[in-house]
Amino acid sequence: MKKLITTAIALMSAGLLVAACSAGDSNMSAGDSNMSKSTGENGISDNPDAWSGYQTAREGVRAMNDDDFENPVMPYVDLAANIYDSRDNKGNISCADCHGAPEDETGGRSGIPMKGVGASYPRFNADTGKPINVELQINKCREERQVEKGFKYESDEMLGMTALVNYQSRGMPVVSTAANPDDELHSAWQTGKDFYYQRRGQLDMGCNNCHEDNAENIIRAETLSQGQSNGFPTYRFKWQKPGSLHRRFRGCNKNIRAANFNYGSDEYLNLETYLAWRGRGLPVEAPAVRK
Amino acid sequence: MKNKKLLAKLSAAAFGVAVAGAISFGAQAEEMVSFEIVDETIPQSLTGKAGDPVAGRKTAINRKKGNCLACHVMPIPEQQFHGLIGPTLDDTGDRFTEAELRMRMVDSKVFDESTMMPSFYKTGQHMVLKKFVGKTILSAQEVEDVVAYLMTLK
Repeated sequence: MKKLITTAIALMSAGLLVAACSAGDSNMSAGDSNMSKSTGENGISDNPDAWSGYQTAREGVRAMNDDDFENPVMPYVDLAANIYDSRDNKGNISCADCHGAPEDETGGRSGIPMKGVGASYPRFNADTGKPINVELQINKCREERQVEKGFKYESDEMLGMTALVNYQSRGMPVVSTAANPDDELHSAWQTGKDFYYQRRGQLDMGCNNCHEDNAENIIRAETLSQGQSNGFPTYRFKWQKPGSLHRRFRGCNKNIRAANFNYGSDEYLNLETYLAWRGRGLPVEAPAVRK
Repeated sequence: MKNKKLLAKLSAAAFGVAVAGAISFGAQAEEMVSFEIVDETIPQSLTGKAGDPVAGRKTAINRKKGNCLACHVMPIPEQQFHGLIGPTLDDTGDRFTEAELRMRMVDSKVFDESTMMPSFYKTGQHMVLKKFVGKTILSAQEVEDVVAYLMTLK
C-alpha cells in the first residue's frame, strides 16, 4: 500500500497529474484569498483575529495547498475513496451504504453526510463521556459496522480517510460552542485549555508562549503560527507525508522536551477540542500543505 | 552511559560538587551545584571558575544547547536566520553585570514570570521528557561560558 502511494506521488511530481488523481475533479478548491481567515459566517463573529498557517505560507506552498492536482494528500484521498466504497469487510457493508457518496449532502440512508463533519468535530461521545474526533469516529464505524479492527493512527488508510472526510467540509467555518458552560464538551474544553496554558518540558513552555504570545513572530527561520487545527490532516514537507493533528502535538511536545501522549489519548482529544474552539470561524482547509 | 553516570557520581563524591561541575561529562551526568541568589543576581561563578567566551559563543549557537539564535539576534554573522522573539543581544556586556547575566541564564523567570525564555540551569519542570528528567539544559560551566561570551558583547 505504501509503495502504491509513493508511486502515485512520484507520478504526480513527474507531471503525470491526470493519471494519479480522480478526487481532484471536485471544484471545492481552497484558492479563495479569504481562505485562511475567520469568516464570521454562521453567526460566528466573535473570533475575527483567528488565522491559519496558510496566511504566512509561501506562495509555492499555497499553490500546492490550493490545487488538488498538486496537493500531495490527494493520492491518500483516492486510496480512501476505494475503502469508502468497499464492502470487503466482515460486516459486508461500505461507508457509502450508510452515508451515500462522500459528497452526498443528504447522507444516504443514515442521513449523516460527510459534509460538515470536518467543521464540527470533535463531538461529544455519550458512550464514553469524552470527545470523539474524526479518527476515532471512523474507527467506531469500522469496528461496530464493518466488524474490523480500526485503522492505525498515521496509517495511509487513516490519513486518507480523515482527509477524504474533512475535505468534504472545505471552506466551511469551524463550529465550536464548547466554551459554553452548558455544552457537553465544556469540561473537555476546560481541560484542554488548562493543557494549553500549562508550561511543560525542560524548556518550560506552554502552547501560548509560541502560538498566542508570539504568533506571526520569527523563531529562527520559521514564522510562528496560531497553531490552528483546521488544516489537518496536513502534508508537511518536514514529514514528507501527511500527518494527523496528534502527530503535530507530539512534535511540539518533543521540541520543548516534554513527555508526549499517545495518539487518540484523552489529553490530546481535550486539546483538540479546545483548539477547534480557538479556530472557530476559520474555514476548514484540510487536507492542507505546510512547510 | 551508565559508566559515565557512575563516574560522575564518584567524582562528585570524591572531589566535591563544585569540582564535579567542571569535569566535562556534559550536563547529562552532572549533579547540580548550589548557588546563592542575592538581590536577583548570582554574584559567584557556579563553578568557581571563569567562563570561556569562545566556548560560550559555540554553546550559544548550538541548537541542542543554548540555541540563543532561535529567539535573539546576535553578532554571529556566519549563522543565518536569527529569531525575533527576544531582545537583540549586541550590547549585553554594557547593559548588564556578570551577576545579572548569570541570573538571567540560570532562571530568567525571576525577573519575568511570563517570559518564554527557558531556565537554563533549573530542574523540576512539569512533564519533562524522560531522558531529560532531573537534568539542566546547560551544565554549570556552559552557563559560565555563555555569561563570559555575553560580557564581551559591547
